Amino acid sequence: MDEASEGVVKKFMFLNRKAPYGTIYALESLEVVLISAAFDQDVSLAFVDDGVYQIVKGQHTKGIDQKNFSPTYRALEGYDIEKLYVEKEGLEARGLTEDDLLVDVTVLSAAEMANLMAEQDVVISF
Amino acid sequence: MKFGILINEGPYNHQASDSAYLFAKAAIEKGHQVPRVFFYHDGVYNSTKLTEPPQDDRHIVNRWSKLAQDHKVDLVVCVAAGLRRGIKDEILAPGFRISGLGQLVEAGIQCDRLVTFGD
Repeated sequence: MDEASEGVVKKFMFLNRKAPYGTIYALESLEVVLISAAFDQDVSLAFVDDGVYQIVKGQHTKGIDQKNFSPTYRALEGYDIEKLYVEKEGLEARGLTEDDLLVDVTVLSAAEMANLMAEQDVVISF
Repeated sequence: MKFGILINEGPYNHQASDSAYLFAKAAIEKGHQVPRVFFYHDGVYNSTKLTEPPQDDRHIVNRWSKLAQDHKVDLVVCVAAGLRRGIKDEILAPGFRISGLGQLVEAGIQCDRLVTFGD
């Protein structure tokens, strides 16, 4: 791994599939996303299945003694990470709508999401 | 082809590290390269030399160390995930090193494929 990666721009998608607090996947996914911003790549985030809960408004975590990291999703814009996609079926199955989310997103059907994934160079799934 | 590998689960508890190892070994035998394996989430537990499985079982950690030695595979353990879980330099098995998440992104950029093993 010694060649320079300078100048290479790949399409990176971080695929978030899990609820925010039952496991550490969501938090550690967000950590990679923030690091990837420093590499000037074409980064997008997708939220599917229980992953849609990661960006639901009004998260209160005091009762489980864990940090509420949901405000970080609102800060992604400041890192030039603005492509956020949410699976329509994932929202509907959980009785959620776009209004329940704390960030601006593009809602896609599962089929559209699959097409978008097919266009990526790197899909990192958590 | 160059394959980067991401392992997100701990050893023995989960098939991820076994599958990743078998994949890496098969790829190398077919003439491909595996320049880097990145250990993240509970995957960082694959790196500790304190691991002592029963003698009649595979030694997942030593297997990675040998692969690194034989084929110059860069075994990178995420520093943030490691510190959270008590994985530090002093308990690393041979061939492993601790570094940042940038190494994962770099593997994604430089390899032809990045293959994830985990849930």
